[in-house]
Amino acid sequence: MSVARFWRQQVQRYNLVGNHCRNCDDYYYPPRTTCPFCRRNGEMEEYKFSGKGELVTYTIIHSAAEGFEHQTPYVLGIVKLEEGPRLTSQIIAQPEDVNIGMKVRPVFRKLGESGDKGMLHYGTKFTPA
Amino acid sequence: MSVGIVSYGTYIPKFRIKVEDIAKVWGDNADILSAGLMVNEKSVPDLDEDTVTIAVEAARAAICRSSLDPSRIEAIYTGSESHPYAVKPTSTIVAEAVEATPEMTAADLEFACKAGSAGMQACMGLVQSDMADLGLAIGSDVSQGAPGDALEYTAAAGGAAYIIGNKEEEMVAIIEDTYSFTTDTPDFWRREGMPYPEHGGRFTGEPGYFKHVLGAAKGLMNKLGTSAEDYDYAVFHQPNGKFPSRVAKMLGFSKEKIAPGLVVTRLGNTYSGSCLMGIAATLDQAQPGDRIFATAFGSGAGADAFSFRVTDKIDKIRDKAPRVEELLANPVYMDYAMYAKHKGKIRRA
Ligand SMILES: [Zn+2]
Repeated sequence: MSVARFWRQQVQRYNLVGNHCRNCDDYYYPPRTTCPFCRRNGEMEEYKFSGKGELVTYTIIHSAAEGFEHQTPYVLGIVKLEEGPRLTSQIIAQPEDVNIGMKVRPVFRKLGESGDKGMLHYGTKFTPA
Repeated sequence: MSVGIVSYGTYIPKFRIKVEDIAKVWGDNADILSAGLMVNEKSVPDLDEDTVTIAVEAARAAICRSSLDPSRIEAIYTGSESHPYAVKPTSTIVAEAVEATPEMTAADLEFACKAGSAGMQACMGLVQSDMADLGLAIGSDVSQGAPGDALEYTAAAGGAAYIIGNKEEEMVAIIEDTYSFTTDTPDFWRREGMPYPEHGGRFTGEPGYFKHVLGAAKGLMNKLGTSAEDYDYAVFHQPNGKFPSRVAKMLGFSKEKIAPGLVVTRLGNTYSGSCLMGIAATLDQAQPGDRIFATAFGSGAGADAFSFRVTDKIDKIRDKAPRVEELLANPVYMDYAMYAKHKGKIRRA
């Protein structure tokens, strides 16, 4: 990932910052500029999610993408935040301790790195609450 | 103007390796080692944890414990001997992650195991001179010991964060005073780019740890006109259990007074986090009015001594973040092979 692209997404990754639309009262993560439901009538404001949520579904990764080989097996899940948005995240837990519907909370972890010389990328993952 | 701890927070990774599992690999006698070091097991970071992530978790715990507005933090110093970047501060990542940016100053510190306490002193100066409203000082490390080296039995991972302020009504502990003792001593070092540290054998004990810890501790007690009897608790840098126990006895502190802060037996040496973790574990159970004496030590070498007086505020905020005892509970044990993978000592080809 390019240095500039990660830097632009830094705030939303470090702290789960997205949007709330005052018109339809819906919440969005990752952040977007216009409300996809209200369009022109949307009134978007910045919103910081608490990060509390539950695990909707998950899969155990045994054959990982480049740079994540040393972490297998690990859990990749879809988390539904209390306010509604869903996002994909690594779940920090032993595979046998993970189950659908369990409550999760956010943790600050290393997301990856651009080789041995590049930037280190940090952000939010989830763990059983 | 008075100065003190407004809040504190800690973080310990959930993984542990037992001394006996390391000893098995190197053919050492685990019973003799454990008894000699007074360390039974040590913490190991997860594959995606490092000094930055530990510092952020500890800082967030400190902010959560006091429910304060992070934009009030106007200085952040992270002390570590394992900053992940050689150039690019850990402290700016922490600052962004706790939402203290951008009106603030920050820098990383390094002084072996006492860079965290050096950060506390820097914050004390800034808030006492009113140059900053609140300062955040962190000690965080994921330290390495070379495979088979004596340090491998104790080098652990963890961190502690302290928010320092100048408003007495906000303080959980008033810092009565601090005193430092520093010389150029070749007891321990790591050159740029080298993965593991070296230690200067005969310099580690008497000319390193004991000379400096005693120098700072006696210096502070002289300055304040106090002695061991005036304190309810004491905490000393804990590279193992033996050194702080011996230095406490030399200064006249009973075993009971150092027991709450002596977390090294189940945690290992968290370097920049070591003494700060012991102070946190002591604050976790201290009562209003109690006095705590603490001395951090860093190889190279220097020691920072502190005298704290706990306030009524402690009971109001203590339970709003996990206690050190809770972070030590229910660890996940790993064997040496998994530990070697977690610490990057072995890598997939
Ligand atoms: Zn809308």
